[in-house]
Amino acid sequence: MNDYTLAELCAVACAEAWRGDGEILASPIGTIPMIGARLAKATFAPDLLMTDGVASLVANVHAVGAPPSARVVEGWMPYRAIFDLVWSGRRHVMMGASQIDRFGNQNIACIGDFAKPKSQLLGARGAPGNTINHTTSYWVPQHSTRAFVPKVDFVSGVGYDRAAKLGTSARFHAIRRVVTDKAVLDFGSPDHAMRLVSVHPGVTVEEVVKNTGFALVIDDVVETRAPTAEELRLIREVIDPNGLGKKELAR
Amino acid sequence: MSDKRITVADVVAELRDGMTIGIGGWGSRRKPMAIVYEILRSPLKELTIVSYGGPDVGMLCAAGKVRKAIYGFVSLDSIPLEPQFRAARQSGAIEAVELDEGMLQWGLYAASLRLPFLPTRAGLGSDVERVNPWLRRVKSPYDDGEELVAMKAIELDVALVHMNRADAAGNGQFLGADLFFDDLFCMAAKKRFMSCEKIVATSELLRQASVHTLRIHRGMIDGVVEAPRGAAFTSCEPDYDRDEALQKEYATTPWSDFFAKHVATARAATAKEGA
Repeated sequence: MNDYTLAELCAVACAEAWRGDGEILASPIGTIPMIGARLAKATFAPDLLMTDGVASLVANVHAVGAPPSARVVEGWMPYRAIFDLVWSGRRHVMMGASQIDRFGNQNIACIGDFAKPKSQLLGARGAPGNTINHTTSYWVPQHSTRAFVPKVDFVSGVGYDRAAKLGTSARFHAIRRVVTDKAVLDFGSPDHAMRLVSVHPGVTVEEVVKNTGFALVIDDVVETRAPTAEELRLIREVIDPNGLGKKELAR
Repeated sequence: MSDKRITVADVVAELRDGMTIGIGGWGSRRKPMAIVYEILRSPLKELTIVSYGGPDVGMLCAAGKVRKAIYGFVSLDSIPLEPQFRAARQSGAIEAVELDEGMLQWGLYAASLRLPFLPTRAGLGSDVERVNPWLRRVKSPYDDGEELVAMKAIELDVALVHMNRADAAGNGQFLGADLFFDDLFCMAAKKRFMSCEKIVATSELLRQASVHTLRIHRGMIDGVVEAPRGAAFTSCEPDYDRDEALQKEYATTPWSDFFAKHVATARAATAKEGA
């Protein structure tokens, strides 16, 4: 079989989040999600729209960290147009999560009490609007009990338990998957509690359980699929020739 | 058309303690830093700052100018967490009104249109509702009956924005890829001040770029300041990129040192010259 790195495996697991999404805006936040989204676009999801992270839609699949001259611009996408897209639902974002709980409530705002936090993080950013309006996935580069907590300190991204209480107002809420350095998880259980879908090669179910601060739904756990030879070629030659993905895991 | 050219000192002379001031730009991009620096040097205090926050918010917090910050995020972009803003939050020095980025836009837009609120799904079910108990929901009056957040108008006393070019009458031009929400900040405010890289003759504006870049017109502006490199160290594309070295210095040195070295001495006033 092919030799591949953990970063490459994770990028493929991220790419899979956008499978079947069609002609919507893919918004990956973080290096490995970005590699993943570009890989999806270069292979099984060619219709995805993607920005350069500034204000342009980019037609071609180019290397992460490449200069603007590598882009073929196909459209204008300033923040206002992105907000419009968010609220129209034609977007699937993969965000980070400083904390995430059993029902997918996500925190990127602060650790501790909001009034005087122990650690002020980014702020709510677009997480409340993203999660209530369109499909969301998460990328957590270090699967640990620090990130996977029984209760998040601040709900930035809305989880399934809170969405359920909102009734029809939350009808566009969907969390597709959570990718970590150890596993892939989703919310496909009957009450939308987080479910272990697959463990990465070499990782045991027990290890994932030990590094998760709440009870996971565990039934048929498979192994996360390995990158194909063509996916590895695209990552190494086109999308991440400088190996930037690896650095996100080293942190 | 009246000549609206003034200095940064003239702008700050219009400000009062306790005012609500909206600052354009986004993160560490095209912030009206020349005007912000003049506020930092002034005795102003107890301000409410509304911003897609970057070093503007961080520095004003560090200088003790802020009573309340209304924001969706505060970030230096290449340095994700703003150190002075964090320090202010973690010491409980400021009141924080944290919103979803889109809610902030909606609040400014509602104020622009003189509406009390605009409905949105953004915020529903999140802790933005919990930490902002003044936020109310509204039920659709139509058959769907959907419940939404009624994002309250964010009315500003003053808006401060920075453009690439402007004329003496206050017509502003952005030459970068994104206007951000600078037009909404201006529309939401009673008094609007714009700094710019260069004041040019009105007839010069369209030699630079297409008419689509003229999004801030003179009806939206009360005073215009020529301030070359007036957004630095934030980026002001295409005129200049972010000064990453200076930003890093800001993020890693004590505020009093940075203030003494880079802020305390006012730059030469440039009003009524040029053009």
